Amino acid sequence: MTRVLELRNLTKDFEGRGRTVRALDGINLRLSRGEFVCVVGASGSGKSTLLSMIAGLMTATGGEITLDGEPVTGPGPDRGLVPQAGTLYPWRTVERNVAFGLELLPLDTAERAQRVDWYLAETGLSDLRKSLPRQLSGGQQQRVAIARALACEPDVLLLDEPLGALDVQTKEDMQVFIRQVWQDTGATVLMVTHDVEEAVFLGERVVVLASEPGRVIAEVPVELPDDRELGIKRVSAFLALRARIEDLIRAERRTAVDDATEQSA
Amino acid sequence: MAIPLLAWIGLSASGAISESFLPSPQAVWSAGLEMARSGDLLRDLSATAQRVLLGFGLAVLVSVPLGIVMGSFRAGAALFEPVIGLLRYLPASAFIPLLIIWLGLGEPSKVALLFVGTVFFNTLMTADVVRIVPRSLLDVSYTLGASRGEVLRKVVVPHSLPGIIDAIRVNAAAAFNFVVVAELVNSTEGLGYRIVRAQRFLQTDRIFAVLIVIGLAGVTLDVALRLLRSRVGRWAA
Repeated sequence: MTRVLELRNLTKDFEGRGRTVRALDGINLRLSRGEFVCVVGASGSGKSTLLSMIAGLMTATGGEITLDGEPVTGPGPDRGLVPQAGTLYPWRTVERNVAFGLELLPLDTAERAQRVDWYLAETGLSDLRKSLPRQLSGGQQQRVAIARALACEPDVLLLDEPLGALDVQTKEDMQVFIRQVWQDTGATVLMVTHDVEEAVFLGERVVVLASEPGRVIAEVPVELPDDRELGIKRVSAFLALRARIEDLIRAERRTAVDDATEQSA
Repeated sequence: MAIPLLAWIGLSASGAISESFLPSPQAVWSAGLEMARSGDLLRDLSATAQRVLLGFGLAVLVSVPLGIVMGSFRAGAALFEPVIGLLRYLPASAFIPLLIIWLGLGEPSKVALLFVGTVFFNTLMTADVVRIVPRSLLDVSYTLGASRGEVLRKVVVPHSLPGIIDAIRVNAAAAFNFVVVAELVNSTEGLGYRIVRAQRFLQTDRIFAVLIVIGLAGVTLDVALRLLRSRVGRWAA
């Protein structure tokens, strides 16, 4: 399999009030074309920082990010980003939101319209194409954000807790939706979430981050059938996998707390 | 609207206040009608409107791009903000003598007063509107392939447009203030001039009529800008 995205020894420090805080420490990660990888970790594990750096919105302190072998130097349409909420252009209709990135590419009008139509249909938004973002529900808004990022046909789709602001029912519907879109489009997806269940349901592989500094403590392959429905969340193989990852995060947190008490003692 | 009007009618009908201080509504109406018939009113109104359009129009043309630059680029803010922040506290009317020395008694000094009186506020208000464009919206635009210029043109400007029109509405009222001040000083036509002239002959009825015309003109401009705002800002409603 070809590697699309590769992170080598990626490190990020934040400077503030005369001290340096290490947010990410020596992250190594490889994504192959068409893969769906989820990154889980507690708050403070630097998961969003990680995505911002891959998106090119933030520079690394050390290490390297390459896309198809080329180092990442800034943001670009080859890496689509979907943040948690509220990133649609409120003055643009659904279809014009989806068209935003395409307007910046050298495409003729017919091809642009065709692509917009295809991604609207794929994300189930065709009937809402003339609506404004404020007329949509939270779940619909995230569909638009995903369609907009996908329309540029990026090498990798970066999802930054895209379902974090949704209610439980909408969230589950959207999980099914994201898997469906991934299977239909063959996109390469890197998704960050704090929800272990979500990560196991969606990912082919789950990368577990520890906090302060954020670092990879485990990579867990998800050996579940490709054809997943919500019911799979109650299957024992699923539950075992979920428990294993939650234990990893919990154990890591306990060590951190023990260290802290030792230091203060 | 109705209460002050009724109070006026009542007060002038009671005869408690002399007609030369507080003319009756009927007297004001006929004074206005007389000025309108002679053509004076229309000429004054168009002279005043032209000054507002030119002086405030120039101020908008300068302040909107300047405000966008100040709101978008830290360097822009560092360069202009201290100067403009100071200049806006200097009362524009205090510039009248200076403007007359520099530009003479004619039109340019009047237009310049309107410009000076509104340009600084409109710049700072525009910059504030631009600053509230969410960071996440800009970031996502860069990841969709937009350059800095494209983000400015396709994200910052449309997002700020309703707020910019709001700022223009507020400062249009100030422009109306300054145009009358400018015309009080030295002019041969305009609504402010008409007031000074009426004062010389103690024609309070005419002064009242002109004040009402100024008020109506201001309201008309405000309504027009409100309509524009609700058209442009439908997405924000």
